[in-house]
Amino acid sequence: MDVLTLSRIQFGATIAFHYIYPPLSIGLGVLLVVMEGLWLKTKNPVYHQMARFWTKVFALTFAIGVATGIVMEFEFGTNWATYSRYVGDVFGSALAAEGIFAFFLESGFLAVLLFGWDKVSRKLHFFSTCMVCLGAHFSAIWIVVANSWMQTPAGYKLVIRNGMERAEITNFWELVFNPSSMDRLFHTLCGAWQAGAFLVVSVSAWYLLKKRHLDFARAALRVGLTVALAASLLQLVSGDISARGVAKNQPEKLAAFEGLYNTTSNAPLTLVGWVDEKNEKIVGIQAPGMLSFLAHDDAHATVIGLNNYAPEDRPPVQASFLFFHGMVGIGFAMIAIAALGFLYFRHGSLYERRWLLWILVFSVLGPQIANQLGWFAAEVGRQPWIVYHLMRTPDGLSAVVKANAVLASLILFTFIYFLLFAVFIYLLNDKIQHGPDDADLIPSGKLALPTKK
Amino acid sequence: MNCCHFDLNTIWFILVGVLFTGYAMLDGFDLGIGALHLFTKDDAERRTLLNAIGPVWDGNEVWLVTGGGAMFAAFPNVYATVFSGFYLAMILLLVALIFRAVAIEFRSKQPMRWWRQMWDIGFSAGSLLSSLLIGVALGNIAWGVPIDDRGEFAGTFLGLLKPYPVLVGVTTVALFMMHGAIYGAMKTEGALHDKLRVWAMRSIIFFVICAVTLTMATLLYVPHLSARVRENPWLFSIALLNMLSIANIPREFHHGRDWRAFLSSCAAIITLMALFAVDIFPNLVYSLPKPGNSLTIYNASSSPKTLGIMLVIAGIGVPVVIAYTVCIYWIFRGKVKLDRMSY
Ligand code: HDD
Ligand code: HEM
Ligand code: HEM
Repeated sequence: MDVLTLSRIQFGATIAFHYIYPPLSIGLGVLLVVMEGLWLKTKNPVYHQMARFWTKVFALTFAIGVATGIVMEFEFGTNWATYSRYVGDVFGSALAAEGIFAFFLESGFLAVLLFGWDKVSRKLHFFSTCMVCLGAHFSAIWIVVANSWMQTPAGYKLVIRNGMERAEITNFWELVFNPSSMDRLFHTLCGAWQAGAFLVVSVSAWYLLKKRHLDFARAALRVGLTVALAASLLQLVSGDISARGVAKNQPEKLAAFEGLYNTTSNAPLTLVGWVDEKNEKIVGIQAPGMLSFLAHDDAHATVIGLNNYAPEDRPPVQASFLFFHGMVGIGFAMIAIAALGFLYFRHGSLYERRWLLWILVFSVLGPQIANQLGWFAAEVGRQPWIVYHLMRTPDGLSAVVKANAVLASLILFTFIYFLLFAVFIYLLNDKIQHGPDDADLIPSGKLALPTKK
Repeated sequence: MNCCHFDLNTIWFILVGVLFTGYAMLDGFDLGIGALHLFTKDDAERRTLLNAIGPVWDGNEVWLVTGGGAMFAAFPNVYATVFSGFYLAMILLLVALIFRAVAIEFRSKQPMRWWRQMWDIGFSAGSLLSSLLIGVALGNIAWGVPIDDRGEFAGTFLGLLKPYPVLVGVTTVALFMMHGAIYGAMKTEGALHDKLRVWAMRSIIFFVICAVTLTMATLLYVPHLSARVRENPWLFSIALLNMLSIANIPREFHHGRDWRAFLSSCAAIITLMALFAVDIFPNLVYSLPKPGNSLTIYNASSSPKTLGIMLVIAGIGVPVVIAYTVCIYWIFRGKVKLDRMSY
């Protein structure tokens, strides 16, 4: 294989693996704030036990998130050096801001969150939990801003320096608030909240099925299901906003998402199906006019098709289509699952419906798969550009790196990541089987002191 | 040459230097603890060592991440040329950092002997290898690497392993071992504390031998590095401060003031980095055999506008970071005690 293919596989694989963990940290961060906040408010020790238990899981996901994040930070330079020179002026500042505003905050206060239970007052501990959660959200902000700039560049000019063209900032705020950044940020965060909430839901449902830690599981399920339902509904709204943005800013990407070849008014939306690339049509069930309506608020609006673009400027259609539809399908499924769970929980009959509890146990996979599919759709749909309409992917490669070096690193990372994943699952399972610690029902150390008025 | 002319490029040269110095000073002791980890066979002692760095190692590593990000933003050409040029070395560094990070987190999660042994080795080897590679990379940048007319690296992986850079690498290992042992002594008590003091003294000797050899090698074989100091003899004061800081460590130990010994060791690292910065300025990567192709703070930088924006970001962010970092070190001050939240 050539350097290009290998580098793309390596980038896709390493970022996809990294992206298993940040959504969990972001989502669990929110839940930890809720749990600890509820404990401070109600003084009910079960919330204290909950916060302690989930803090341990948080530490586990965080450690791997950090270890794999460093790879990402270096990889732009190692594998995409030409791209790094081209975008460094605009892109680098977002990455540096991420370090200064996000990672320091998160990792610094994580120390207090993990090891400070018996050392600091309740309020300071709660404050630290909030800062960790904020830090996790900040990392998402800056990296999504950077990525969105690659999707919809703004606030820059092209300049020749040292005989090479590159992008330079003209307006920082236009760069930060580029046409897609806020929509995509909101959407990514909802995905992360779903990932965290469904993990809590899944583990709690498992305890209920196994008739273990019942009080703990019920209380956690209430918190988890509420956040899961809210995030899933918001996800639909933000996904719709994102899709409109894509229709406006990257029409060929939207056409690939929907497998639309001919520019038409009254464009149909495919509910299920696939793309017959040879005959340039969709096989499946379609709702006429829906795509026009969703993208432009008018069932008769014209939607641009792929044939408007030269073949070398089109993204891979089948892959974009399937990734996108997979995500949307899961999105609706998550709403249904969260709503059912929530309703029966309210009704008090959730515990008898073992089938539903089993679905809840497996629901944790939904957001994870949707998150991956969503990113794959967004990134594959951007092809053949590494920076949309400015630089093609092959032009971004490092000039001096040889295929066998990339092959070696790819094999190494694959091996290590499989190992890490296995250890992660093993330890996660161990934590879950071990369950919450009953000693945590009695706060210890400084936490046991009454809060000062 | 005038080295007191402060434009944005110079400021960013200093800021990136500050970030990497922060990294060496803080993560330096984590890496040093890692290098010493296998010297004790006792599980409780190993856990104590791990928990001495437990609350802070992750924050310390962020100095490297942010340094990398700042390099990307301020000097993208350096980031691109060095990272792609040193490809295999960078990948090895990443692997070492990964193993070190997860080993700290995973090690004490299971009681099995083989499990702990496996992660202990991962932690120690990862720490040693990262220190060595970081040093070798610095050594190459000082010695000079082949750079072609387009600003791309024109050498090979094996070409990076010349004697001089390897010597810098070994010196870095020695420096971090010394730093780590002193930090460990500060955080522990009893038998382990006494052991660490002995290790600290031994690693000081190891470091001094390396440092003297390195200084001679630099004076003899790397004339472009010592040129600045030769022209501005007052810069010798930095080297002098460095030696005084090192000499002060045994003195503080003798008086039982461990944390002052640690501050001395920090000062030694700061002066070393300052000396390095003064020597290479205004080059970031020295090109050999064609010095004209060197990447400097001017030909490798971002636009003045970006440097200005980033200065605002750093101006807001860095003081806040330093403030809460100090608070967190304060919360976790004192000797380590193992409890149920420990690793
Ligand atoms: C739990 C995860 C999850 C779920 C259930 C959904 N999404 Fe999503 N989606 C993501 C997680 C995600 C993501 C991983 O966060 C992406 C990848 C890039 C991005 O900005 O967000 C994304 C991208 C993404 C994009 C592409 C944005 C771009 O390329 O700039 C669109 C148009 C949608 N989504 C639309 C939807 C719709 C209509 C959904 C129906 C409910 C939906 N998503 C559910
Ligand atoms: C190519 C892009 C990316 C790069 C360069 C990158 C870089 C990093 C780095 C260096 C770390 C470790 C920080 C530390 O040492 O504390 C990290 C962790 C993290 N990253 Fe990424 N990252 C990328 C993609 C993403 C995305 C897309 C998100 C979220 C939307 C994200 C969210 C996080 C979070 C929350 C953490 C904290 C650790 C954790 O919670 O698992 N990152 N990332
Ligand atoms: C976290 C979720 C992400 C996933 C799952 C993901 C996935 C992918 C995949 C699959 C590719 C290869 C596309 C192809 O070859 O067709 C790719 C490419 C790329 N992505 Fe992402 N990505 C993510 C986030 C990011 C972020 C946050 C950035 C930048 C800030 C980024 C920057 C890039 C770059 C530079 C490439 C290489 C060039 C290319 O092939 O287009 N990605 N990504």
